[in-house]
Amino acid sequence: MAIDGPHFSPQELMVCQAARQLRDGEVVFVGIGLPNLACNLARRLHAPKLVLIYESGAVGADPERLPISIGDPSLVTNSLGVFSMFDVFSFYLQGGLIDVGFLQGVQIDRFGNLNTTVIGDYQRPAVRLPGSGGACEIAILANRVFVIAPQSKRSFPERVDFITSPGFIDGPERRRKLGLPGGGPVMVITNFGCYEFSDGEMVLTSLHPGCTVEQVKENTGWDVRISPQLTTTEIPTSEELRIIREDFDPSHLFI
Amino acid sequence: MDEAIRRFVHDGDVIVIEGFTHLICFAAAHEIIRQRRRDLTLCRLTPDLVYDQLIGAGCARRLIFSWAGNPGAGPLYALRRAVEHGIPHSIELEEYSHFGMVARLTAGASRLPFYPLRNYMGSDLPRVNPLIKTVTCPFTGEELAAVPALNPDTAIIHAQRADENGNAQIWGLIGVQKEAAFASRNTILVAEEIVSESVIRSDPNRTLIPGLIVSAVVHEPFGCHPSFAQGFYDRDNDFYVRWREISQDEALFNRYLEDWVHGVRDRREYVERMGADLDRLKARAHYSEPVNYGY
Repeated sequence: MAIDGPHFSPQELMVCQAARQLRDGEVVFVGIGLPNLACNLARRLHAPKLVLIYESGAVGADPERLPISIGDPSLVTNSLGVFSMFDVFSFYLQGGLIDVGFLQGVQIDRFGNLNTTVIGDYQRPAVRLPGSGGACEIAILANRVFVIAPQSKRSFPERVDFITSPGFIDGPERRRKLGLPGGGPVMVITNFGCYEFSDGEMVLTSLHPGCTVEQVKENTGWDVRISPQLTTTEIPTSEELRIIREDFDPSHLFI
Repeated sequence: MDEAIRRFVHDGDVIVIEGFTHLICFAAAHEIIRQRRRDLTLCRLTPDLVYDQLIGAGCARRLIFSWAGNPGAGPLYALRRAVEHGIPHSIELEEYSHFGMVARLTAGASRLPFYPLRNYMGSDLPRVNPLIKTVTCPFTGEELAAVPALNPDTAIIHAQRADENGNAQIWGLIGVQKEAAFASRNTILVAEEIVSESVIRSDPNRTLIPGLIVSAVVHEPFGCHPSFAQGFYDRDNDFYVRWREISQDEALFNRYLEDWVHGVRDRREYVERMGADLDRLKARAHYSEPVNYGY
């Protein structure tokens, strides 16, 4: 693919795209891996007052190194506070203080439901996955949810094998009817493009440079809706790439 | 440690070893494996390597948990062998989310029968776990999720420092250790350092576990390796990554147990054998400003 500007990997593009969705001053419930990179990148650039909360209890974390796990000691050193997990889940998340939750999924479907529990039948799984962790309650309680997910036909089925973390469940009205306090997923970022939600369903709204609608259709398990205003995803700047490569992940743990 | 495990961990018991990534007492788990305990119900939010080892060693009958992975490094293969292929034997799973596990221990610690939470609507978790139920609020009529109290037989909690009566101080990530200790009938308190009571009294806000709920106190430096103790030693991330290969291969897994669990008498011998390898993990100094408790 011939694109003007710096070279970058799909992961780097996903991280930069996720970072740009975060607004200064917001409170973000951060997961490890690419979401962690995105949140720290946003804080270094356009959102210095972003408050990072990790489910391990660190609030206002300012990690000096890239944490490999969600409970890394570097999240504690120089943080604003360290709380019990009861405090984090009850007072911060259930208390409605979390603006943005970041989730990843092994499977995601057209309604934004995420599966991190099992592939196949629950009692006799083909593959046993880690389970919810804090994802279920983040999906239910955070005001906005962003999802970063590598896309393939298998990971984007029409219905997930198991709803670990609910999106819009089965249509536009279900979240409200069941009384889920949070707003649900607003964007899914994959290696092909970005999706937003309309009537509770994923709609492709931007394609990454060099990717095609045909590719997206080949890698989606349902007849995916394409926005009439489809745009091209903005590429990473050299400054964003420098911070990711030199400052955050020089040993390529995540990128 | 051998006496504490002998007295407070029996075949068939419900056990919780807590510490969210931080302060996971591997020394106690290794002693449980050495004493060949069987049919344990193991409770923990994140089974982590510590339960992967106990499960692969055949100590567990049931696992109560909310996230079963190797944090930052992939799956727990010994657990997967037990679940997918029944090796060394099959294991029952009872599964929640983190918030659900925190709520279960909070109810247990408060001696309440259940805990309400605004959760699980639209998730399949209640479909596969009949213990996640709903309850109607008597004041607002609102329907809430409810999970039952969890009251383990024994909690094993690792602290940075404690006095000889078990008054224990923990800093850094505090996870659900307090809830787990208060919820359990017995608590084995393991500490990096045993200090005099006057040290504890000099900083009372830092005491997380009071001696009055502690059944046994064990002094065990480096008792959490490959997990970490803030201010003492870093997480051994290299080992967590290496565990991926070790746990994936049943023979390598068993070899690990032979070398590092059955092959050492206790944690002191484990630390001696690790030798200089542990030096690279020692924490640098990063002290807080002292506070004035005077009046």
